[in-house]
Amino acid sequence: MRLVVSHPSRTNKDAARVGHPLLYAWELFAGMKYLTEFRNGEIAQRMAREIHALATRPWKIMEVCGGQTHSIIKNGIDQMLPAGIEMIHGPGCPVCVTPLELIDKALAIAAQPGVIFCSFGDMLRVPGTEGDLFQVKGAGGDVRVVYSPLDAVELAVKNPEKQVVFFGVGFETTAPANAMSVHLAKRRGLKNYSLLVSHVLVPPAIEAIMGSPGNKVQGFLLAGHVCSVMGYWEYPPLAAKYGVPLVVTGFEPLDLLDGIRRAVAQLEAGRHEVENAYERIVTFEGNRPAQKLLSEVFEVTDRAWRGIGVIPNSGWRLSAAYRDFDAEERFQITGIHTQESPLCRAGDVLRGAIKPAECAAFGKECTPRHPLGATMVSSEGACAAYYNYGRFLSAEELATAGSGLTRAANA
Amino acid sequence: MGRVNFGGVVKKVCLDYVPDVEVGDYTIVHVGFALSKIDEETALKTLEDFRAMGALDEELGSEEEAFARAAVAPQSACPDGSCSVEVHKTVN
Repeated sequence: MRLVVSHPSRTNKDAARVGHPLLYAWELFAGMKYLTEFRNGEIAQRMAREIHALATRPWKIMEVCGGQTHSIIKNGIDQMLPAGIEMIHGPGCPVCVTPLELIDKALAIAAQPGVIFCSFGDMLRVPGTEGDLFQVKGAGGDVRVVYSPLDAVELAVKNPEKQVVFFGVGFETTAPANAMSVHLAKRRGLKNYSLLVSHVLVPPAIEAIMGSPGNKVQGFLLAGHVCSVMGYWEYPPLAAKYGVPLVVTGFEPLDLLDGIRRAVAQLEAGRHEVENAYERIVTFEGNRPAQKLLSEVFEVTDRAWRGIGVIPNSGWRLSAAYRDFDAEERFQITGIHTQESPLCRAGDVLRGAIKPAECAAFGKECTPRHPLGATMVSSEGACAAYYNYGRFLSAEELATAGSGLTRAANA
Repeated sequence: MGRVNFGGVVKKVCLDYVPDVEVGDYTIVHVGFALSKIDEETALKTLEDFRAMGALDEELGSEEEAFARAAVAPQSACPDGSCSVEVHKTVN
C-alpha cells in the first residue's frame, strides 16, 4: 500500500489559486516538509537513547502492518534498539495472507476469454498452485494493473462487452476504495463489474495472535493508516482482555521510534492502554463517512489467512445488497486443488515465529524474482523487506565482512 | 473528485470520504482515495515535543552543529574504531 502526504485542491472552488506559481512552490516545500521532518536523524538518535534508558528488561513488540515492517528494516530502526527489544513482524500484508485457493480462483477467472482482470501491481507475481497472474497475461489473458479500483470501474464502462473483475485485496485501509467501486457500479447499473473479495481485519488478527499457544508478543504497534479509517475505538477491550499495550503508530522513522518508546514505557510501568502516537492523522472515531459505506457494502465473515488458517469473523465479504457484484458468485470456479511449496515457511514468518532469514530457502530457492511465497513478493512482505535491504547475512558473515574491510583499510 | 498535488505530480483523487477538506489542506491518499486530513497544528506540536525530548542533556542545534559534534564524539560505535579522532592521529 502506498500512502502519500499531499495537497488536495478542488478545481471548482478556487481555480486561480490552484494554478498560482507561488502557492505551488509553497505547497511543494511544505509537502516535503511534512515527510522529511519526521525523518530527522538527530532526533531519532535521541529517541533511541530514551528507549535505551527506559528498557530494563527484554520485550517483544509486534508491528502489525507490513508497511511498518518495511520502514523499520529500511531505516534500520530495529538496529537502533536495545538488544532486548525485539520487533516481531506481523501478518499485516494483505497480499501475503490472501489464501492460495483465492489466488488460484483469480488465475482461473483471469484466464477466461472476455474477462479483463484488474489488480494492484504487487499481486501479479504472487505464486498460485500453478503459475501467477503474469503468466496468465503472458499466455494471452487480459490482466491489467490499475492504480485505483475506480480505474477498473471506468474500464467496465468503456468495455460493455467484457466482464471486468477487480481483485479486492486488503485491510481496512483499502476497503473504502473497493466499497466505493461496487457502490458506484451499482448506482450506474453496471452489469459487467465484479469484485473478487479478500478483505481482512486487524483486531481479530491481534486476538488470534494473543490467543495462540506459545505467543511471545507483549505489545503492539497498531497500523496507523488502518486506524485513519477505523479509528481506535475497537481496541480498548483488546488491551484490557489480554493486558497488552496497543500504540497507534505511523510510518516515518520518528513515528515508529515514538510508538516503540511508548510501548516500552507502558510495558516497564506494567500498564496496558491504547495510545495514539499518530495524532496528526488518526482520531479515536476514525473516518465516519468511510465506516458508513463500509457497513453498507460489506458484512463480517470468517476468513482463511494464508499461512495462518481460518480466523473467525476476521474479514469482510459483500453484503446481501451487493452480492450480485461478487466475482465468486458470478464465476462459479470449481475443481481447485491447492498445493503450497514444501520449502516455503511464509506461515511461520507471518505468525512472527521465525525471521525471514531463518528460512532455508530464503535468498536461495526463493527471491523476489522467483518467489515461493507471497511474503517475498509484496512491498509489504517481511521476506521482501529483508531481501531488498540486505538482511540476509548472518552475524558471523557480517563480522567477517567487517574485518575484511578493516584489513583492506589497514593495507 | 478533486485534484491533489503529490509533490509536483497532480492526480485526480476521490474526496468523498473527506467532505470537509478545503483547498490547501494536506491529506493521506491511498489507491486514489483521500482517507484523512492531516491536522497541521498537531503535526507541528508533535514535532515540537520530539525536539524537546532529551533536550536537557544537550541543546539541539543545526545540522552543521550535529555533524561537528558527531565528528568529535561519534554517537554510535564504529566497528573498527577507524572513525575516532585517536585513529586519525595515529594514521597521520
